[in-house]
Amino acid sequence: MQPKLSRLGVSSPWSERLVEAALFGCGALSIAVTVGIISVLAVETLAFFRDVTLGQFLFDTAWTPLFADKHFGIWPLVTGTFLTSGVAIAVALPLGLLAAIYLSEFAGARMRSVVKPALEVLAGVPSIVYGYFALVVVTPMLQRFIPNLAGFNALSAGIVMGMMIMPMISSLSEDALYAVPSTLREGAYALGASRLPTILRVVLPAAVSGIGASVILAMSRAIGETMIVAIAAGQQPRLTLDPRVPIETMTAYIAQISMGDTPADTLEYRTIFAVGAALFLMTFTMNIFSQRLQRRFRGTNR
Amino acid sequence: MITDRRSRAAERCFVALCVAATFLPLGLLAAMLINVVVDGAARFEVSFLSGYPSRHAEQAGILPALVGSLYLVATTIVLALPVGVGAAVYLEEYGRRSGLAGFIEANIANLAGVPSIIYGLLGLGVFVRGLGLGRSVLAGGCTLALLVLPIVIMSAREALRTVPDVLREASYALGASRWQTIRRVVLPMAMPGILTGTILAVARSIGETAPLIVVGALAYMTFLPTTPGSPFTALPIQIFNWVSRPQQAFLVNAAAAIVVLLVVMVLLNIGAIVLRNRLQRRT
Repeated sequence: MQPKLSRLGVSSPWSERLVEAALFGCGALSIAVTVGIISVLAVETLAFFRDVTLGQFLFDTAWTPLFADKHFGIWPLVTGTFLTSGVAIAVALPLGLLAAIYLSEFAGARMRSVVKPALEVLAGVPSIVYGYFALVVVTPMLQRFIPNLAGFNALSAGIVMGMMIMPMISSLSEDALYAVPSTLREGAYALGASRLPTILRVVLPAAVSGIGASVILAMSRAIGETMIVAIAAGQQPRLTLDPRVPIETMTAYIAQISMGDTPADTLEYRTIFAVGAALFLMTFTMNIFSQRLQRRFRGTNR
Repeated sequence: MITDRRSRAAERCFVALCVAATFLPLGLLAAMLINVVVDGAARFEVSFLSGYPSRHAEQAGILPALVGSLYLVATTIVLALPVGVGAAVYLEEYGRRSGLAGFIEANIANLAGVPSIIYGLLGLGVFVRGLGLGRSVLAGGCTLALLVLPIVIMSAREALRTVPDVLREASYALGASRWQTIRRVVLPMAMPGILTGTILAVARSIGETAPLIVVGALAYMTFLPTTPGSPFTALPIQIFNWVSRPQQAFLVNAAAAIVVLLVVMVLLNIGAIVLRNRLQRRT
């Protein structure tokens, strides 16, 4: 029997339009968030560049906005960021890729159903816990093997960060490996190749764009990470590639100033937005690039 | 497949390497958790949970931090859930063919990848200073709500997608309008998944420190927040504050607080899954 329309509630074209507009508003809010981020960063960064020239920002080699002799070169912070992220990728890429190969080519269904959630847990642990571990366990342990390892250094922070981002690489790479059509594998087997050469010479190259996308995404995550580096990497902006000394990353600098008592609307206050803008541009570019790569690997392997 | 002894041995070595690579991080994770529990064991007492921060490490407690975190969680859910579900409903039910919907979708995917500290800067510029909320619980909650919004939207969309189209079409065939169908058919069926996804997203936000630092959470607070406009602190902020101190005794406190944080997160995760199972049994 047909239910009465009145049981479903009255509906007029007006109320339908209103609901649709309200829901559209919710969706549009996400655009407002992006606009908000860009405008907050842009407004304060433009104000920053009224006092500091773009040349100083990009080409000076020291970052000392709080000292008497002020320098505003972004490079020490950028190298600090890329040093820790570089160590993180150096740790996460081999581990993640090997894990992805294991999960997609060798592991049985039961092993996969246990390991994959476990790796998700790894990714879900708050970064402050990793930061504590880096400072309290990893650094003292490494100090026994590496002479001159400072209490705050990029190496411990990078290693621990690598552990945190490894699941990202392993899960996206596994998708990429899985998407390689079995015809390619079977063709290799038919030509007489055994499993290992097939994986290394046929499957892996076919999945390279997906794997690359996962690495870029993981790098972007590492660059934007704050707490591990704020706790374990130090607060000394330094233009160096030595992972044993204290450095400061862009994110740790923003956190450091936010915790101090820098008054608002001063040049020092605006530096956090300028650094934030640089950070945003970097991660945004990387994310777009990674998405393009992902679309390519999903497209070509059909 | 032609296999000779050498290639089989090489393959076995490779598999062993892969297994080691897979389980090494898991082993380190286990070591990390055990280490934190052992380090913090000295402070596993009720006075730690009910006490206030103090300059003497043995007397310091996390009550304001716990209360602050719970207020933030509540604010985040209240703000992010309706807006997130609304946006997901729009994208899944109304906007499937529209170009603007595709743009919103791409935008949300980008927002999910923005570093959390940038959300802190957004919160500082818009909520703390722009709207004049000051360094308050409300500003912190709004900032965290924006941070989790992309994830809430994405998981709500997943939940909406699990509702079979057949049900929608049956509802239209009976004469219902689109909103009636959504309200009476689609949403009730998707609600367990939506709630689970939201609680999981919010559980992750409990561990977020960076945006709260920028928005101005207090590092040392000896009273409880009473209104949405009060200053606030949060568990991860308290942990960060203690970890940054040189005295060994504060590191013990930090470890104990980390254990509390992880326990709260695990409880929230379990709660989300239990809730979903309960609700799914009813529909």
